[in-house]
Amino acid sequence: MNELTGYIVLSGIIFSIGFAGVLLRKNAIIMLAGIELMLAAANLNFITFWRANWQGDDITGAIFVLFTIAVAAAEAAVGFALVLAIFRHYKSSEAQDYNSLKG
Amino acid sequence: MSLTFLILSILLIVGATAAMTLKNLVHCALCLAGVFAIFGLIFIYQNAEFIGLIQILVYVGAVAVLILFAIMLVKGDKFGETSPFINSWKLGVFVSFLLFLVILICVLTSKLPQPTEGVGYISAKVIGRELMTKYVLPLEVVGLLLTAALIGGVFLALKKENTLTNKKIKNE
Repeated sequence: MNELTGYIVLSGIIFSIGFAGVLLRKNAIIMLAGIELMLAAANLNFITFWRANWQGDDITGAIFVLFTIAVAAAEAAVGFALVLAIFRHYKSSEAQDYNSLKG
Repeated sequence: MSLTFLILSILLIVGATAAMTLKNLVHCALCLAGVFAIFGLIFIYQNAEFIGLIQILVYVGAVAVLILFAIMLVKGDKFGETSPFINSWKLGVFVSFLLFLVILICVLTSKLPQPTEGVGYISAKVIGRELMTKYVLPLEVVGLLLTAALIGGVFLALKKENTLTNKKIKNE
């Protein structure tokens, strides 16, 4: 049992919970929140491996997390705007009601 | 395993489960904000202070608030009447548990590197220097992506009746 294992298993648990949220919830907003949760769990892996292989000034893992956070923020902005736009059309925020995006 | 890590991980798992299962969407969003804050604490605990602070700033300050606003704008009439889960939720739970088992088996059977001794510490100074030298192109690309995504988000969320082109079409 390694010190690393705890962090990676924790990250796996959070990833699975986020995945379950995307699969199980009806509400489109909570599905997007589940995606955010999965991205954050992946960030935890980056930080853990960066920390485990600490070599002087090499900070690639940490920089990668910064970029992931930026991309996740962009994804959230577009995702919620899409949900709002679709909500105006269908008057529902449940993903099962979205069967066509036309008109 | 230190006590700090155990407490943080238990809080994280409980918070994430609550965020994905609670019926009231506002409670979900608040739990999610807490989960993101605990993620930041774990990053700080792993000696990545700057990343942890950025995590709290961006996720709790921006993404969680965005989720809250989206929930309040989208609340429909059907709110709270029906079950928040899909009908075939048993299959979904099974598939996600299977995913977790696969991850667990992969982690436990792989040869993980022994963590190097000593303190890995990352300062804002080092990050700034690296961002401005080695990673300057990715930084610019991410800036462009954020700008494009935000303009796209505003365009998508805009009410279509009030846009200029629609008014022109109506007048004609």
